Parts: sequence; structure tokens; C-alpha cells
Amino acid sequence: MILAKTGNEAMAYAMRQINPDVVAAYPITPSTEIVQLFATYVNDGLVDTEFVPVESEHSAMAACIGSAASGCRTMTATASQGLALMHEMLFIAGGLRLPITVPIASRSLSSPLNIHCDHSDSFASRDSGWMQFFAETVQEGYDTLLQAVKIAEMASLPAIVSIDGFILSHCMERIDVLNDQDVRDWLGPYKPNYNLLNLEHPILIGPAALQDYYFEFKRSQIEGMRNALPVIKQVTQDFNQLSGRAYGIVEEYRCDDARAVILLMGSACGAGRAAVDKLRHEGKKVGMVKLRVFRPLPHGLLKKTLSGFKTIGVLDRVDAVNSYGGPLYTEITSLLYDAVEKPRVFSYVYGLGGKEFTPEDAEAVLRSVLTGKKEELVTYVGVR
Amino acid sequence: MKPRKKTWQELPCGAIIEDLSAVLENKTGAWRSMRPVWKADRCINCLTCWIYCPDSAIMVEDGKMKGPDYNYCKGCGICANVCPPKVHAIEMVKEQK
Repeated sequence: MILAKTGNEAMAYAMRQINPDVVAAYPITPSTEIVQLFATYVNDGLVDTEFVPVESEHSAMAACIGSAASGCRTMTATASQGLALMHEMLFIAGGLRLPITVPIASRSLSSPLNIHCDHSDSFASRDSGWMQFFAETVQEGYDTLLQAVKIAEMASLPAIVSIDGFILSHCMERIDVLNDQDVRDWLGPYKPNYNLLNLEHPILIGPAALQDYYFEFKRSQIEGMRNALPVIKQVTQDFNQLSGRAYGIVEEYRCDDARAVILLMGSACGAGRAAVDKLRHEGKKVGMVKLRVFRPLPHGLLKKTLSGFKTIGVLDRVDAVNSYGGPLYTEITSLLYDAVEKPRVFSYVYGLGGKEFTPEDAEAVLRSVLTGKKEELVTYVGVR
Repeated sequence: MKPRKKTWQELPCGAIIEDLSAVLENKTGAWRSMRPVWKADRCINCLTCWIYCPDSAIMVEDGKMKGPDYNYCKGCGICANVCPPKVHAIEMVKEQK
């Protein structure tokens, strides 16, 4: 069915179809409309969800952890400062391996106060043990959220699905939605690994694990994240069967015979495609690589995809404040360090606080990548 | 000989402990600085303390209060606090070393 939906509406629509057992959320700003729209579904009796409006995002995630530990399919939604306030609890959900799924509208962090798009919120949660998916379009956000619930449950890991704040969350797009029954059949009932409320089989969760066990548990969690990659691959393939829409973990756009490519995540890929088209029309051998899954980082796949190019421009919609290039850039240069044919890799930071990133900006970046020369370590695109 | 500790591959996903015997073996009552003293003659067996004890350290047998379990009681004083004022069957006293 074709509908006109903003990103927020599409995410809430997907949540209605998922029909989670519990949604605990802080229902006003900095949360986006996702929670508000979902609360309307609850009020109208369209879902069976226990909706828990709490006093802060910290409490929202705490309630989600309790719910997920009790064997419930659990979701919430937030953005920006809200995700930052969840920060402490994100690590607990990660360590307990609880498959909580959270759509976020990625937005900048204060100060200065700004409500617009960048990836500061999700990147600040990078090391919390959550999978992170970035969507280019509203359609992809909707599709990815459905996939993420299944992936999270199969991999026993929590998942964040990012749609770019305002650019996707508040802009209306024509999207193709699945019908409710298909979604429910496809997801199937949630079979939790354990249930804290099962009195027949008492368990202890959140034990102390000090010098002699903490590291071993973390090592096991790291392996869980590694093992999620084949799960993501399998679920995206299954989803293709269901919807006819194919997604990769790393996607290439016009990369055959390309010498220079840009690598980015999220909605800016649209501008990237336009720039590639324009330069291809001029006969330049350029392409774009889109990264959909940031955690687990598909390093093997990225190394294979990227090591054939001469030059790569890595675009970060976040800055790590005086690290050696943008945070995605440093991961890419690290994974290419031992590649046999090492491309030159350049760092570009763009679009902080919702600064527009137009096809012309993408074109300028792509032309600079194509020259194979760059003087400054990081180019701050469009900064006066 | 020391028992062999589990490797990371052998540990349960998410640090979920299904064998709870370790919890019982790990006597944590030594952390206490205040001790609840139970007076059996005053107790009315309402078991309010049993409900509120955050560490399941109130012993009950056949529906009757049997006193605090000092192996695990941390001395938080909640039992004394929730004991009905007219009953006052639990008193907190300083732990003697």
C-alpha cells in the first residue's frame, strides 16, 4: 500500500504493526512525534501495547530494560538529548543482551541549542553495545525498523535505527508499507532467552562481575556483536523476499570502474547520488558507497569494497572534537591500514546542526576527492 | 587446587545466572554496620518485614517469622522501619566487631 508519511509517522506506523508488548517513553521534547503518534494508536486501541509514559529518558530506558528482561518485545523512541540522557542505561541493555529496538531521529547535542540533524546523538552511544542502523530515506527507515526488531531478537542485541532528524523525520515521502498481518507473521511471536518473572525458573540478572569475570563477559558480548553481521544479512534477505526491497550492509552506487568515491551514511546519500550522476555524466570515474550498518562495523566487507579505489572521501555528520579526522574516517583509515592496495582517504565533516548539505556541496567534495590531493586533515564542508 | 574459572565462551549470554547456589554461598552479611534485633515475644507475624526486605533476608517457616538471616542481612533497617509502631518487634542496634 502506498502512503504519504513523514519519517516520524512511518516509524510510528511500523511500531503499530510490530505491536510491541511494552513501549516505555518520555513523551515530549526532545522526543520526536514518534512516541506521540504511537500513544495515539494506544489510545485508539489499535495496539495491545502496555504504554508507560515516564518522567525522563533515563527512566524510559530503565523501564524498557525491566520489560525486556521480563521477556516482552520492547521498544521506545527518542532523539538528541533524550538519547544522551539514556546513555548510562544503554550500556546496561547492551550488557544484558536485551533486544530493545529504538527508532531515533538523529539530531545534534547542545550547546549551542539546536534541534536539527546530525549524528552526534547516535555516535555518542557508539560503544554502548547497541547495533546502529542509518537510513537514507523514510522508506528505508520504515523497512529497517521492521528488520531491526527481528535482528535484535535473533542476535540478542539492542538496536538503534536512525532516521536523520527533520530531513527525514519531518519530511513527507511516498512510502510503500506492508500490510499488518504480513508484518506480524514475518516477525512471529517473540521467544525470549529468559524471563525474569518466571517463578518456576528463577534467575539472577545484573550480577556483580569483578576483576575475575567482567572482562570475560565483555569478551562474550563483543563476540555477540560480531555474530550479528550474518544475522543482519539473513534478515535483510528474508525481508527482500517479503517486500521486494533489497538492502545491503554496505551499498555501492555506480562504483564499477570508479577511481574516486565518497562514503557516507543517512539522508546525505541522496545528495551524494546526484553528485555522482553529474560527474559520471562528465565522464569522471566516481561513485558512492553507503554504509547502512555502523555497529556492528562490517570491517571485512568495507575493506573488500573500499580497497580497490584510488581515493575515498569519508563524510562524517559528526565531529569527535580534534580527533584525527571524523569518527567514521578514523575507523575507515584503520581498517584500510593493512590493505594491500591502500587508497588515499580524506576526511570531511558536514551538516552539523542541520546545516544544509546540497548536491552542490556533495559535488564539491567529490571533485576534491577526485583530485587525489588535500591539504588540511579535515574539511569542514560549508563552514563560513 | 583452585577450581578452574570459566572462559568467556562458557559464560551465559548477558551474564544471566541460572544456578543461584553461588548467591547463597556468597555470604554478604559482613557488610552490615547496624543489626536488626528481633523480639519474638512482640512479633505478630504480619510478615510486613518479609515483604519489604530488599535482600530476602527475613526467614519465614510455616507462615511464621523466624528472624533475620544474618548471613545475608545488610542492616539497611527497612524491616525495623516497616514493623508496625505499636508492635515494634525489630530494633536496630550498632553491630559489635
